[in-house]
Amino acid sequence: MRQDTLLGDYRPGSTWLHRLTPGPKLFALAVIAVVLVALREPALALGALAMATMLVLWSGMGIATAVRTLRRIAIIALLLGAWLVWQHSWARAVDSVGDLAALVLFASVLTATTAVDDLLDTIVRLLQPLRPFGVNPEKVSLAFSLALRAIPTTLEIAEQTRDAAIARGLQRSPRARLTPLVIRVVANARATGEALHARGIGDD
Amino acid sequence: MPRRTSTSTPTDIALISGFAALIAVAAILPAINVAGPVPITLQTFAVLLAGAALGAVRGFLAVLLYIAVGAAGVPIFSGGAAGLGVLSGPTAGYLFGFAFAAALCGLIVQSLPRKKIQTSVPLIFVAGLVSSALFIHTAGMAGLVFRADMTWAQAFDIDKVFWIGDVIKNVAMALVATALHRAFPDLLDRRPRRSDVEAPTPA
Repeated sequence: MRQDTLLGDYRPGSTWLHRLTPGPKLFALAVIAVVLVALREPALALGALAMATMLVLWSGMGIATAVRTLRRIAIIALLLGAWLVWQHSWARAVDSVGDLAALVLFASVLTATTAVDDLLDTIVRLLQPLRPFGVNPEKVSLAFSLALRAIPTTLEIAEQTRDAAIARGLQRSPRARLTPLVIRVVANARATGEALHARGIGDD
Repeated sequence: MPRRTSTSTPTDIALISGFAALIAVAAILPAINVAGPVPITLQTFAVLLAGAALGAVRGFLAVLLYIAVGAAGVPIFSGGAAGLGVLSGPTAGYLFGFAFAAALCGLIVQSLPRKKIQTSVPLIFVAGLVSSALFIHTAGMAGLVFRADMTWAQAFDIDKVFWIGDVIKNVAMALVATALHRAFPDLLDRRPRRSDVEAPTPA
């Protein structure tokens, strides 16, 4: 169903943005987000939007992907914008909706130019200082990749249990639709845990 | 499925990941837009279930992992959204409220006697309802106030649309959680205390 999009939106390429390590990109995104949120300037929001559009073009992420990304937030943006015009002013609406669209575009440029593996490595590195507090970066990374793998599997199980419930005429029963799904999720997780344990992965 | 009296650390990690994935799936299954900028999905069902199924610590970590995977760019936030942009958007408050709601729900459920966990739908329903009232709605409204320029009263007006859905989802959660604990009576057995540090020697 949606499995094709679940592999992430990474587009291999060789632009400057692709070669940059995830650390500086994450930092820049955080700074931009804080600045946009802190300063209530419609002009600034529009400027950020223009800059984000330039980055979209430059990163080779493609207008189609950008439009698809924006469409995902279109309803929220529209409702929020209409509501702000009604309650406050046009300026406020342009500022908030512009901020939102710009941040979503910046974030998707980061996603499009950063492989999930690189991002995982960066997360592991960033978490190193938390080791004394009981955080184990390798285990976080293991959990991350297990979750990525489990998402398509779980979607498949959800579709199978839904079909089974419909076949029994129980599509309206939450028990018939949800209980088998959740029991299979736990059973799968336990089997995965046993397999990891057998290979000595994730043990101390 | 062999009966085991204790779970090992890899199993804890797999369970946390499994529930993070379940929350993701619940969030992206077809949603209904009732009103306002927040679509209703089975997401809160899965969030509170993570707490009720795994207990406070592992439930909390499952929600955090879900948020982190979504922030890294996998489109698993409701409506198929993804990326760090969502975390600074007007609905981010709800996302962070999820983690604490799962923790509280887990805390309540794991302190119940085992028999109740397997049979008492009303008790687990109340645990879920209290948790979402205390954390999801307050954090969600705070997000709307700070990021969407609403007053608390206006945020409250939007937030209350979700209450009926909440009750229904918590009934479903309690039904499924009790069934789950009957199927896996040892799911909560190892009271999860700092599961990262505490690793029993392999049996």
